[in-house]
Amino acid sequence: MGIFQSFILALKSLLNNKMRAFLTMLGIIIGVGAVILIMSLGNGMTSDISSTFESMGTKTLTVTLTGRGSTRSFSEDDMFEFVEENRQYIEAFSPTVSTSGTVRPTGWTEDLSTSITGVGEEWLTVKNYETEDGRFISYVDCKTRAKVCYVGAYYNTKEVYDGNAVGSRIKINGDIYTIIGVCDAISEAVDEDSSDNFMVIPYTVASRLSRRRTVSNYTLLASSDENVEIAKQLTLNRLYKTYEDENAYAVGALAEMLDMLTDLLDTLVLVIAAIAAISLLVGGIGIMNIMLVSVTERTREIGIRKALGAKKRDIKLQFVIEAMTTSLIGGIFGIAFGIVGANIAGKLLSMQAVPSLSSILLSVGISVGIGVLFGYLPANKAANLNPIDALRHD
Amino acid sequence: MQELIVFDHIFKIYEMGDTQVRAADDISFKINKGEFVAIVGQSGSGKSTCMNIIGLLDVPTSGSYFLGGEDVSHMNDNALAKIRNRMLGFIFQQYNLIPKLTVIENVELPLLYAGISKSKRRKMALDALEKVGLSDKAKNLPSQLSGGQQQRASIARALAGNPSVILADEPTGALDSRTGREVLEFLQKLHSEGNTIVLITHDNSIAVKAQRIIRLQDGKVVFDGPSHLPEAVVNPDVPIELQKNEKGGDE
Repeated sequence: MGIFQSFILALKSLLNNKMRAFLTMLGIIIGVGAVILIMSLGNGMTSDISSTFESMGTKTLTVTLTGRGSTRSFSEDDMFEFVEENRQYIEAFSPTVSTSGTVRPTGWTEDLSTSITGVGEEWLTVKNYETEDGRFISYVDCKTRAKVCYVGAYYNTKEVYDGNAVGSRIKINGDIYTIIGVCDAISEAVDEDSSDNFMVIPYTVASRLSRRRTVSNYTLLASSDENVEIAKQLTLNRLYKTYEDENAYAVGALAEMLDMLTDLLDTLVLVIAAIAAISLLVGGIGIMNIMLVSVTERTREIGIRKALGAKKRDIKLQFVIEAMTTSLIGGIFGIAFGIVGANIAGKLLSMQAVPSLSSILLSVGISVGIGVLFGYLPANKAANLNPIDALRHD
Repeated sequence: MQELIVFDHIFKIYEMGDTQVRAADDISFKINKGEFVAIVGQSGSGKSTCMNIIGLLDVPTSGSYFLGGEDVSHMNDNALAKIRNRMLGFIFQQYNLIPKLTVIENVELPLLYAGISKSKRRKMALDALEKVGLSDKAKNLPSQLSGGQQQRASIARALAGNPSVILADEPTGALDSRTGREVLEFLQKLHSEGNTIVLITHDNSIAVKAQRIIRLQDGKVVFDGPSHLPEAVVNPDVPIELQKNEKGGDE
């Protein structure tokens, strides 16, 4: 007897008793649904994080100089020289000097909470930002320690300068600075809590504000994704030449961090999905239970089939396929249930929760496997029935 | 004459605790191709055991059973299933149609297990249904048929694969006397067409429709001969006058 025939027969027998079939499948439906839902949410989370990282720039390298245990130093001129020599790999660089200070726009009676970073003239390129109004900090500004600042789009909102930011004055730690440029809006909703509330000043000025002599942080932009690794190695080599001590500096690629993070997330999602998959096991046992009942109920049918020439193999195949069909259909319902659930959850959490094809195929495979595994015992019981006893059974 | 069924000193012994039950106690007979034989006996006479062994549903404890010249008494399950499928057609007292399959699907079952292709199977099943006059009920479920029609469907199923032997176990047991008679007449017709038929029954009035009677009692053959002989319907242990009121054992 062909497998297709057995499949049709199994479908018929399931349709004969819809309620029972549904209840039998329920375990598989819930199990597969839960696995799909979790995998989808995991996918959504990973892609959310990836896109956040990508907006930060996967071509970005961060250089941190600690100079630990070394008397040598690596100045910003050294860095400039190094970058100039390797322009085909490094598109732009900027020192980054984070500093803190009180910021008070003119006419305000209280301080504005914002971030202040000291940067170089290529910072805009490193960040891939555009200027909306005015200009960016220049090389000369840095050299002359000009008291100028460049601000985010938030400063041009009604709450602060209402479109007149460029040319306005602003107090930083009591000193008066001039706003020379305003950046394009970065986020969709420009407000105090968004990334549009920032301020950058020449790094030389920032160093003085934070009372640090040397610049210890740089941000580098590789010329392409492929060149990130090369740029990193070049930087490491150059720094080793100066410090001759690997502990004196660190070069981190954002892309590497992203990889690590997504690996971590993938593992996490897999672990949770595996826990959800335990319900598949329970579902499988449910199928086995019902199949055993079904074998008892159909003892006479099995006897008839055997008398008519069905071999053990035929009977076994029939019941295994029936169990498999049950779990397969349950799996398909579960996938639908999981996708719908993921859509709803995705909307609620505002993320793209889409199940991957591999997770769907995996679920189908697992549910078929469960059917075969848990259908085997009842099928074997059916196949080994004695035809005489089976025919006599009422 | 070709010997189709040969029982050579067949024993079937069940151990029931300390006691031995000899369901078949040295049974020997031969049935030729084209014969219509009734195996008759009371409940416990061993006729069911005999039928199970002939039908390859059971194996003898000792002795040899030749079916179509082949010793089939000690074969494994799969080999028995194959021979059962190819050589035997079963007609049961309870019809034993599978309720959720249509009539034609039921008739196709033995052909399905014989591995015959779908189109050929359908044709053979329709031919068989034609023979029993049920071609118009092919798509019905067994439950939509009368008892007589269901039994005819089961006869069609037995015929469909052109078996060497048709084995009928109390085929009229569940039918009223008129439909029962029709079924018997149909079996006689099949016999006249050259089919070999073995009929198992407890009822003498049915057994006499066969050409030859093998009477069993306590697992032994007590009579084997043409059905027209008066001894054929006589239970040797019971006086003839008492047998008029005898009701057969129910199996």
